[in-house]
Amino acid sequence: MTREADFAVSVNKLNYHYGKQLALNSVSLDVPRGKLCGLIGPDGVGKSTLLSLISGARALQSRRLLVLNEDLGESRQRKRLYRRVAYMPQGLGKNLYPTLSVKENLSFFAQLFGINGQQREQQVCRLLKATRLWEFKDRPSAKLSGGMKQKLGLCCALIHEPELLILDEPTTGVDPLSRRQFWQLIDDIRQQHPDMSILVATAYMDEAKRFDWLATMNEGKVLASGSPTELLKKTATSSLEQAFMTLLGNESAQIFEPSRQPSKNDSVAIEAQELTMRFGDFTAVDNANFRIQKGEIFGFLGSNGCGKTTTMKMLTGLLTPSSGKAWLFNEPINSRAMETRKRVGYMTQSFSLYGELTVYQNLKLHARLFDIPEEYVENRIKEVADQFDLQRLFKQLPKQLPVGERQRLSLAVAMIHQPEILILDEPTSGVDPAARDNFWHILLKLSREHGVTIFISTHFMNEAERCDRISLMHAGKVLVTDTPQSIIKSCNRSTLEDAFVDYLETASEQPSDTEKPAPELQKQASLKLSHGFSVRRLLSISHRETLELLRDPVRLVMALVGSVILMFVLGYGINMDVDEIDFAVLDRDQSSTSRDYILSLSGSRYFNEQPPLNSYAEVDARLQTGEISLAIEIPANFARNIQRGDNVTVGAWVDGAMPMRAETAQGYIQGMHMDWLQKQQQQLSAPVPQRATINIESRYRYNPDIKSLPAMVPAVIPLLLMLFPSILTSLSVVREKELGSITNFYVTPTRKSEFFIGKQLPYVVLAMVNFLILVGQALFIFKVDLTGSFLTFTLATFFYVLCATALGLIMSAFLNSQIAALFGTALATILPASQFSGMITPVTSLEGLAKVIGEVYPTTYYMIVSRGVFSKALSFNELHVMLVGLSIAAIIFIAVGISLVKKQER
Amino acid sequence: MRSLKNISHLGVKELVSLSRDPMLLLFIMLAFTVFVYTAASATPQTLYKTPIAVIDNDRSQLSNQLINGFLMPYFLPPEAVSASEADQLMDEGRYTFILDIPEGLQRDLLNGEQPKVQLIVDATRMSQAFTGNGYIQSIINREVSTFTQADTQLPIDIAVRAQFNPELNSGWFSAIMELINQITMLSIILTGAALIKEREHGTVEHLMVMPVTPFQIMVSKVWAMALVVLVASAFSLTVIIKQALAIPTSGSLTLFLFGTALHLFATTSIGIFLGTYARSMPQFGLLFLLIIMPMQILSGGMTPFDSMPTAVQAVMYFAPTSHFTEFGQSILFRGAGINIVWPQLLALAGIGALFFLVSWRHFRERLADMA
Repeated sequence: MTREADFAVSVNKLNYHYGKQLALNSVSLDVPRGKLCGLIGPDGVGKSTLLSLISGARALQSRRLLVLNEDLGESRQRKRLYRRVAYMPQGLGKNLYPTLSVKENLSFFAQLFGINGQQREQQVCRLLKATRLWEFKDRPSAKLSGGMKQKLGLCCALIHEPELLILDEPTTGVDPLSRRQFWQLIDDIRQQHPDMSILVATAYMDEAKRFDWLATMNEGKVLASGSPTELLKKTATSSLEQAFMTLLGNESAQIFEPSRQPSKNDSVAIEAQELTMRFGDFTAVDNANFRIQKGEIFGFLGSNGCGKTTTMKMLTGLLTPSSGKAWLFNEPINSRAMETRKRVGYMTQSFSLYGELTVYQNLKLHARLFDIPEEYVENRIKEVADQFDLQRLFKQLPKQLPVGERQRLSLAVAMIHQPEILILDEPTSGVDPAARDNFWHILLKLSREHGVTIFISTHFMNEAERCDRISLMHAGKVLVTDTPQSIIKSCNRSTLEDAFVDYLETASEQPSDTEKPAPELQKQASLKLSHGFSVRRLLSISHRETLELLRDPVRLVMALVGSVILMFVLGYGINMDVDEIDFAVLDRDQSSTSRDYILSLSGSRYFNEQPPLNSYAEVDARLQTGEISLAIEIPANFARNIQRGDNVTVGAWVDGAMPMRAETAQGYIQGMHMDWLQKQQQQLSAPVPQRATINIESRYRYNPDIKSLPAMVPAVIPLLLMLFPSILTSLSVVREKELGSITNFYVTPTRKSEFFIGKQLPYVVLAMVNFLILVGQALFIFKVDLTGSFLTFTLATFFYVLCATALGLIMSAFLNSQIAALFGTALATILPASQFSGMITPVTSLEGLAKVIGEVYPTTYYMIVSRGVFSKALSFNELHVMLVGLSIAAIIFIAVGISLVKKQER
Repeated sequence: MRSLKNISHLGVKELVSLSRDPMLLLFIMLAFTVFVYTAASATPQTLYKTPIAVIDNDRSQLSNQLINGFLMPYFLPPEAVSASEADQLMDEGRYTFILDIPEGLQRDLLNGEQPKVQLIVDATRMSQAFTGNGYIQSIINREVSTFTQADTQLPIDIAVRAQFNPELNSGWFSAIMELINQITMLSIILTGAALIKEREHGTVEHLMVMPVTPFQIMVSKVWAMALVVLVASAFSLTVIIKQALAIPTSGSLTLFLFGTALHLFATTSIGIFLGTYARSMPQFGLLFLLIIMPMQILSGGMTPFDSMPTAVQAVMYFAPTSHFTEFGQSILFRGAGINIVWPQLLALAGIGALFFLVSWRHFRERLADMA
């Protein structure tokens, strides 16, 4: 054993860049084993980056990084770590699947680690019971409160009994009661597993006290590390909060906070009477009453999901209350009142600014939308940027910023128009202590000096203590509204947090944590984790994808019904026949012969005669308007010249704007002309000998009556089976990237091939169902006969939909935005499948790039199979070449797709 | 005034967002250059390099002359096949036509009889089968009269000329159709997806507490996305279609772009409408397919509009693409002016206004659910 064996993580001069920006600057750190270790520091100093590197979710850019003695730079060693490390990324329920239930989420993680059968049931059951999530096991994770989401996230991280657990701000945005329960859970786990190393990033200083070992970071560097007592000694301070400030080089000054002087003539800024909001059976807010004076700071506290956000949405007019009333500035709330909107600033709980606009552009956009006069815009932006320390971030995109900095931007935006009321929904979640302190200075100043009314929700008790009055809310009801001091007094407690927990426990009649059964996480008979490719893991990914598909029945139905509708529309609508050709005649002869000639045209079912023409000018004009597509000119002396045997030329002009139609029309006219000549000849009974001709007998194979439907249906099926499956899969990976659950793929032993094929499988099944429906529609509704081998057709379809689904996934794997994936897939399918694959023009008759595409595009070959099986009575013997081709195409598509999937974030 | 400012600020925001997605920009560029070019050069003529085979049982001077009558580029050089393998070759889809020349054709013809040749046509080959049949008939007639050196018994000729596209180059048509398809497709995807994105990222909520109306939000998306597509189409038309493909379009470019703008007004409104209906991007993707396919295929751009069933025609009168296709053909090929295309412009404006109003009302109602 080397010395390094004592460390869970050993970092040596690690650098990391985002573009030109240095996020980690030569970080060296040794994290001890078997301890609870903390990582603290202001926002944007690289904590999350460091954790994601340690977890293996993000690819290294330099140097070696040892985790549990394995080098993350070596892919083989990294693979071994998937099973030994667990990672819970920042953000409430970030790596959960919102439509899946609690139990399904956890089972899925278990399957990824090869835990199956009885063992999985036991493990899932035990973890859920220990965390008291068992009674909610069937609830979709999207509907859990923040605290519950984090507990579930923890369960998912613990399922494979990792040696190192990495938690990135696990309690940010979680209410105090849930926070206590969460840490209790961690303590219990540590008792059960004393060997487990836990590395946590946090913004709560009171949590930092719990840690055995701490590292503080600033500006991409580690400032100090060691046990809390060592840190206190080093900085010669008495509290960690102060130690932290000292390390950062900030003098923590004792702040003078002017208390509010209530005066009698204060007007009411916000008032609510019996405000109630119901969603179906669920009452989110139940008879809430409060009056908030102008200039007051009013705090709103409560557990996650108790109705705080809903109340705020009603006040801003985003939601219309089911009953009750609310007033802003003594006027009933009207969601359409633009003037009121200008006087209110609102910050939502989740980040809701534009990720593609830079920080500066976001500020500017909002300043302008709030109608700040153009000459003041720059000044105002500078002001708020100074207040929230945003100047240096001006050119960055919010989506690249850490949570804390994004929150600061949101706050700046909410205040940019100097509103009279600020409604702030957990504005400081994820913000570091120093920035929070600074933020409260601003709030106090606004309230005391400018009379701004502030309605704020928070989970930080030291923030609640700074409010003039607070309301405690639970399960939609306001439990108490008073000053923080009175509330503490009335509970006979010493801190607001204790008082708060008292209230909540009384309200929910939940006994405190003491009698909670300790989670039985006893070591399993060592888990057998399969190495290499695992069909089970692949199937578990398919299973999850299927569940998500089933939870969105609208999409499922749209996919199946949509293709049926399109088959009707295209089957009946596409008609290659050319008829109804409007024509007009410029008859300069006006003889019976010329009229007879015209009659031969107008009598045909292909032509419609329009009012006659009078001049060349009219010929041009009427062709130009598109009123007629054919003009015939019969020259003067037509009849007389024929009699004399002089040469006569009839003129015909066809509208060439649509060449296919024009060509066919030309053919018709020439045929008609010939016919008329023959008749004419017989009538003239001229003594001309019988002219030698060859009769041509056309036999239309496969569709003797030349009906459109039997020709179209076999061509439409390949088109639809390319478009629908590819559009369905095109978003499946890129969506996980946009919404965050892709991390689970990065940090679990899932292989690229398992991930890709696993995702593909449910859509292949769906496409096969779609195929059966379409064939059924063709046979029973369109009455088109299927003359060849159905089995061969099915087999070809299987390979074909493998190609189609893989094509969508390829787009999804290498693109980063849903819009691009959607448009890219539409481009890569619609044109090649409808025009370059022989649907109308055979590939052999194409030219240039179109021919190249047509020759390699799978639709070309599937189209041959489809037509062969429907119209030509072909079977496996004739079509096996196509099958081989399609299967090779499928293999290539899947291989390309797998190679494009990235196993780590870069 | 205030409203106009908001609309312009929000619109600029859309443009900046778009510029941050380099792959999307690349796709847009490809769509209006490579795709238009490829589609236009795919089929130079309706009948182009048609694969044909001949079963020559006569092996006479006449049959030889008939075979040599099939010329490039209309037909690939005819291949000689035997009667026994004809069926299989047809099944494999090797040829669109097989001409079966019976023994004694030349003899019978010279004897003044009327011999028969059989033309086997692969009817699954749609356009080639129909157009080619007429061609082959006239080729055979021509060759027969040359062979017999018989003058037409009556000195009546017909001179058929094609207006606006004298050589009936179908690339001209395909280029414009592909341009129209890309315009429609891109404008619907961009606006609809931009709306869904605001919803999925929670920014709709933010917009709703600011002093901006649903009308302003919607108009800003419409103008911004329409502008992007309009610029791309102008580029495609002037550089790709006029220069690279050397297609001599007639008519006023300004008028065409004006009509395009009206068309975009309608399609972007459709995009917004779909965006308010779909609850997520995957749902939007499917709705988009359902709308775009009929709009493209049944607009008269792929098959003649007049030949479609009347019920389909009636429905398609409400699709902006039907009018835009007609409008594009009139201006770019027939050189029509505003005196001729005003009905289409009016229809586009009317459909645009209708879709815009419906979408706007729907958007206003649905906005509350979206937050």
